[in-house]
Amino acid sequence: MSEVAAARLETSADVAAARAVSGRRALALRAGVVALVALFPLALGTFDAAGQDFWLQSGAFAFAAMIGALGLTLLVGGAGQLSLAHSFYVAVGAYGYVYLSSPTHEKGTTIASSIQAGAGFPTLLAMAGAVLIAGFAGLLFSPISARVRGIYLGVASLGLVFVGQHIAFNAQSLSGGFNGRDVPEVNLLGFNFDSTPLSFLGVTFTRNGKLWYLGLAGVVLAYVYYVNVLRGRPGRALRCLRDSEVAASVLGVNVVRYKAYAFTLSSMYAGLAGAIYALVYHHIVPDTFGLGLTVSFLAMIVIGGLGSPGGALVGALFVSALPAVLAKYSDSLPFIAPTGSGGVTAGVAAQFVYGAAVILLLVFEPGGVASLARRLVRLVSRIRRSPHPPRQKEAA
Amino acid sequence: MKDFIQFVFNGLSLGSIYALLALGFVVIFKATEVVNFAHGSILALGAYAISRFSFNSHINFYLSVLLGVAVAGLLALIIERGLVRTMAGRSVIAVSIMTIGVDLIVRTETTRRIGVDILTLSDPWRDHVVHFAGLLLPTARLAAIITALALLAGFFLWFKLSPFGVAMRASAEDAEAASLMGIRLGRISAVAWVLAGALAAIAGVFLTAFPSAGLDSGTGDVALRAFPAAILGGLDSTGGAVVGGLIIGVAEVLTAGYQSNLSFLGRGFDEVMPYVVMVAVLLVRPAGLFGTREATRV
Repeated sequence: MSEVAAARLETSADVAAARAVSGRRALALRAGVVALVALFPLALGTFDAAGQDFWLQSGAFAFAAMIGALGLTLLVGGAGQLSLAHSFYVAVGAYGYVYLSSPTHEKGTTIASSIQAGAGFPTLLAMAGAVLIAGFAGLLFSPISARVRGIYLGVASLGLVFVGQHIAFNAQSLSGGFNGRDVPEVNLLGFNFDSTPLSFLGVTFTRNGKLWYLGLAGVVLAYVYYVNVLRGRPGRALRCLRDSEVAASVLGVNVVRYKAYAFTLSSMYAGLAGAIYALVYHHIVPDTFGLGLTVSFLAMIVIGGLGSPGGALVGALFVSALPAVLAKYSDSLPFIAPTGSGGVTAGVAAQFVYGAAVILLLVFEPGGVASLARRLVRLVSRIRRSPHPPRQKEAA
Repeated sequence: MKDFIQFVFNGLSLGSIYALLALGFVVIFKATEVVNFAHGSILALGAYAISRFSFNSHINFYLSVLLGVAVAGLLALIIERGLVRTMAGRSVIAVSIMTIGVDLIVRTETTRRIGVDILTLSDPWRDHVVHFAGLLLPTARLAAIITALALLAGFFLWFKLSPFGVAMRASAEDAEAASLMGIRLGRISAVAWVLAGALAAIAGVFLTAFPSAGLDSGTGDVALRAFPAAILGGLDSTGGAVVGGLIIGVAEVLTAGYQSNLSFLGRGFDEVMPYVVMVAVLLVRPAGLFGTREATRV
């Protein structure tokens, strides 16, 4: 992916320069963003207590999407391995969490006769377990990822989505089949993430409010880990792999092992995303984890700019929140028809918008939102230094 | 045994439809090095147009098919001229992801227009069946086999013998050398896309005819099962596409037919079968059965 490589080169140069000048400032900026996002539910609870649940739920979904998108951008943008199987690993995480955290004998809630299996793990352990299971599933794919390359790999991995859905529909005791199954609540060291309202500083936190913090913690963890992996030795190996497998192996990078590593790590991200998705959905059905989810993850990382962690976060927020926000304001948006009318409903409009975003960005701005942002920063700094002669634009 | 022969016939007829779709993937890949993820939506839009012409406007069926083929070809041409062309020189993966975006838009719109209905293309075969040696052969599927054979034979003759076919193969072999010999690469890739779009629309006709119920919002997804056909034959092998299509068709129908004996695989395993076969083949031959192996040059 030559243009991505070029964009990355530029990024790393920019990052190095930025780090030298204002490493602390960048860190402070990120901490500030996290603090603002953490304070958001408080503000929401104070000013819009009635309508807060919608925003909190959309936010929690967006956090799950962000974690998943980070994992995919690591694989596709960081290591150059096209995977269309991401929704499969998300499903593994979601069902893994549900299975591990459910009580050992739970009566089926939707089909009275079926018994749904569970392992009865403490929820935190179940979450870690879900991540590990998803990672293991990613590792199991390595015989294929080691042999098959490029676009062939993409289509081969697409098969996993269909196999996964097939299993989810058929393994009644694990997944509840077509009707799905309920998701047990998280209990973090005695702190319940259930629907009992919790009051703090005069603001009442609903279930989604608590999940907001769980999701945010997950995103911060995932982001920091991503940045550290890519900065270190494995990150350099992965980028080398992306640019040329031959060059990588000549330099002593174990190609097969690093491909397996990238797939494993990426599916662990997907697994964590899946567990959080499951918690926010509260009830999961196999249909959720189909081809559509894979495509929306691809859209997220393309919109954000392949390989850019910040871009993945922005892309995930955009793709995941857009349908809900359009639906919420459909009354005041003239071009949106009410749901079920057969016109351009909010869901349809959202698909149009992010489909178009993918096409336009790939054609005109392959670096995605990340490179748009870099341009903006450069523009601002040029305006600031306007008394001096304008800096020559670097050769593209 | 009778069941088996019946299943194989059904499989070959379905496989010949897959072959048309897979050939479309291969032709596009050879000409422009793009894997066209929008193939399913081209198929669905073509079939939708045919249904509108022949059922709603009462135009003669064969004329409607021609019009629908034109619509699908036009969409493919727009994608090629408008988007693929502007991304020339970019990585296969970037352009292929772009076609996913196209698929998202076209599919959403077709699905919205079809809604929950099942549309008919008012084809002349209806639900007629031919009884032959104890087998039940739906006329529509016989027509599918005959049409596919004719189209494939025509394609291969044209591809091997006509000056344009030779130009096409030359440009797939070495685009730079071909263009230095005066072959207009732009024209080659435009023709390849239009051809693939037309084949997809024709496949759409037979996919919605009996024994299928009709055109619904999921019809375009069938192209996703022709994907494994193209991949397992080798993405750059036209003959491989035909072989791959037939293998996938037979494997799928056999799995569905013997479902009761394969109950441990769960219900509906036939929809997953194409991918299982593909992955099995890729494990042994990473570039498909007849695909060119990538040579590593240092």
